[in-house]
Amino acid sequence: MNILKFFTAGSVDDGKSTLIGRLLYDTDSILADQLEAIQNANRKNDDGTVDLAILTDGLRAEREQGITIDVAYKYFQTAQRKFIIADTPGHIQYTRNMVTGASTANLAIILVDARNGVVEQTIRHSYLVSLLGIKHVVVAVNKMDMVDYSETVFDAIAQKYRSLAQELRLEDVTYIPVSALKGDNIVHKSERMAWYNGDSLLHFLEKVDTHVQEKSEKARLPVQWVIRPQTDELHDYRGYAGRVVSGTFRVNDKITVLPSGASSTISKIEFFDKELAEASSGQSVTIHLATDVDISRGDTIVNSSALPQESKLIEADLCWMDTKALDTSITYLLQHNSKVTKVKIADVVYKVDINTLEKHAADEFKLNDIGRVVLKTADALALDLYQENKANGSAILIDSRTNLTVGATMFRALAD
Amino acid sequence: MESFASVPKHNSPLLEGCPKGGVFERYQPNPNKNKPDSSEKFVRLSLSKAKLETDSGTKATEEQLTLLFKLKKDITKKMSRYNFDYLDELEAEAIHILREVAGQFEKPALLFSGGKDSITLVRLAEKAFRPGKFPFPLVHIDTGHNFEETIDYRDKMVARLGERLIVGSVQQSIDEGKVVEQKGKNASRNALQTVTLLDTIEQHQFDACIGGARRDEEKARAKERIFSVRDEFGQWDPKRQRPELWNIYNGKIHKGENVRVFPISNWTELDVWNYIRRENIELPSIYFAHDREVITRNGQLMAASPFVNMDEEDVVERKKVRFRTVGDISCTAAIESEAFLIDDIIAEISQSKISERGARMDDKVSEAAMEDRKKGGYF
Repeated sequence: MNILKFFTAGSVDDGKSTLIGRLLYDTDSILADQLEAIQNANRKNDDGTVDLAILTDGLRAEREQGITIDVAYKYFQTAQRKFIIADTPGHIQYTRNMVTGASTANLAIILVDARNGVVEQTIRHSYLVSLLGIKHVVVAVNKMDMVDYSETVFDAIAQKYRSLAQELRLEDVTYIPVSALKGDNIVHKSERMAWYNGDSLLHFLEKVDTHVQEKSEKARLPVQWVIRPQTDELHDYRGYAGRVVSGTFRVNDKITVLPSGASSTISKIEFFDKELAEASSGQSVTIHLATDVDISRGDTIVNSSALPQESKLIEADLCWMDTKALDTSITYLLQHNSKVTKVKIADVVYKVDINTLEKHAADEFKLNDIGRVVLKTADALALDLYQENKANGSAILIDSRTNLTVGATMFRALAD
Repeated sequence: MESFASVPKHNSPLLEGCPKGGVFERYQPNPNKNKPDSSEKFVRLSLSKAKLETDSGTKATEEQLTLLFKLKKDITKKMSRYNFDYLDELEAEAIHILREVAGQFEKPALLFSGGKDSITLVRLAEKAFRPGKFPFPLVHIDTGHNFEETIDYRDKMVARLGERLIVGSVQQSIDEGKVVEQKGKNASRNALQTVTLLDTIEQHQFDACIGGARRDEEKARAKERIFSVRDEFGQWDPKRQRPELWNIYNGKIHKGENVRVFPISNWTELDVWNYIRRENIELPSIYFAHDREVITRNGQLMAASPFVNMDEEDVVERKKVRFRTVGDISCTAAIESEAFLIDDIIAEISQSKISERGARMDDKVSEAAMEDRKKGGYF
């Protein structure tokens, strides 16, 4: 059994939280006391039925306003799979929260209101999915009950979305007509849409294969911590602890340590009380080298036959996440895996109007703005491009005055 | 290598006649890690072996034990070459987070409550840092109203690990007049421990506190970051949380602030139990079904203990119960249960219709009870 992480994108009235509530409810993932709490809550649907959206709106302010403000994570499982849902707000003022929820997702569900079809926010959400490189997309055409479960309406929306998907280079898109409110095609196939031959949403989520090369083959391990017991019997023990972010390391592999460029050979891969022959993407392990090399936190161990690029000038997509606008005159911190270095925004190349996808020249970057910039770092980064290797191609920006995370960056090209 | 002892010392029919620390306990199988369901055959093999010994009343020979041990090892080895399954993924993520704490903070601490979640954290810390020492001490906020079994467990565990334990005492906070003991029938020290926790953090200047909270526990927790920044007063501001992207955790803070870190945020209750089973982790015995004197309070079973204020209306009954969470004795309700073994518990939870925190009186106060406590500095 493996885990599928997905996020849902939809605007305030698309019934996104209702859809998640429905998934949980129909898979029996809501327990009696939680259900009782919802039933006792004041918020109800117009027809007096339980408002499933309350399940995900965890904060007082959200329940008061009936909207989702922050990302909520929800968990459920079926016999086939475990699911982690990032329930993200859809409103433009919460774009940063959506980017946050989307950053760890393997799949995106984009909700479209059957009555309204593809609208501005559909374009915005789809753009974010494409920007963050999420490979699998489900377009859930919701509120089919409000359009008499019409095949014609559904087809027209799918048709319209296909051209958008093409423009955004979204390759794997699946269209499902649903009614989250009534439960059609969420967990169970709906009898009210006999014309639809595909899977219910849940069935699709259970079977979608996310193993199709989401990650790069190039072996990378950012060193987080050096294990040195310094006891009598383990006097010479020196293990480099970290998580393999991409590729596979094997014992006897020739490796290079960056930024120093020193090379060595892997003598041993340890995981607690086990010795492993190899360690692949996702595994947290401890690596031993055949020779003494100076390595500390922030360094990256890579396979010598597939070196990353090294640069201090990087073209990157930036999503600005702070209420204080980007200031190109000051120095920020950039955190790339375990490495932190100083950075300046050397140039703002363009800004994207995320509702129309048009690019504009711009001087300022405010909350929720997205666009292309040139980063100038103090230390050279051992990086891959985001489109080739998400984990080694992404970083966050930190404002050292406030310590807040102010930006998400995705490396797109070397600028020097 | 860990000992395999992980079975409760209670009156399971399966254990009848089996000496404490006997063969069965030591060789409870580590259900093969990747497919817990397919391990059934192996469990049966071992169970029947235990029974055989019980029936004949003799100990298994060294040869038989070696064979069983080897078989278990072979299965585990074979499995570990296969896919990286969900428990491996959750484990690797948690280890990554723990190592980030070690790398990013000057004075971190691991908050240890004696509950299954913090026990799981300790195992994860072993996996992250052994053969080195933990780069942090364990901190226990002791309400003074603990289950005895929890304290025994804590002390044995600390001795085994050889790590440092710091105890923050709620009793001391009361004695010093920093907090006032609640009165009345439903009095509990649960709320008071926040003050002791904040004082302990301040006294030791901890800049990061690792805790075992999970997002599936409660809806306010579902919103919390893995690195959750608290201000000088320990407060959580849900509206001003830092965006947390990819697997990059921003631990930068100002002096006086601290970060609460939740490495098992993405685990569910069932995941924790499946992990405990897979890793053969020993637990305090109160998690397993046992006979106990209880009273019924607001529809919940509470331990009849000197720490729970009782009056003549309370009827003390003896029931077979276990605890799903372990907190202060005065606010943790028991459930009636026949679950003596981890497998029984997993089966019980899988079928349960009541959430784990359904047995916590502290969450029953209002819909935003947890959010309000977290804003005030609670975990």
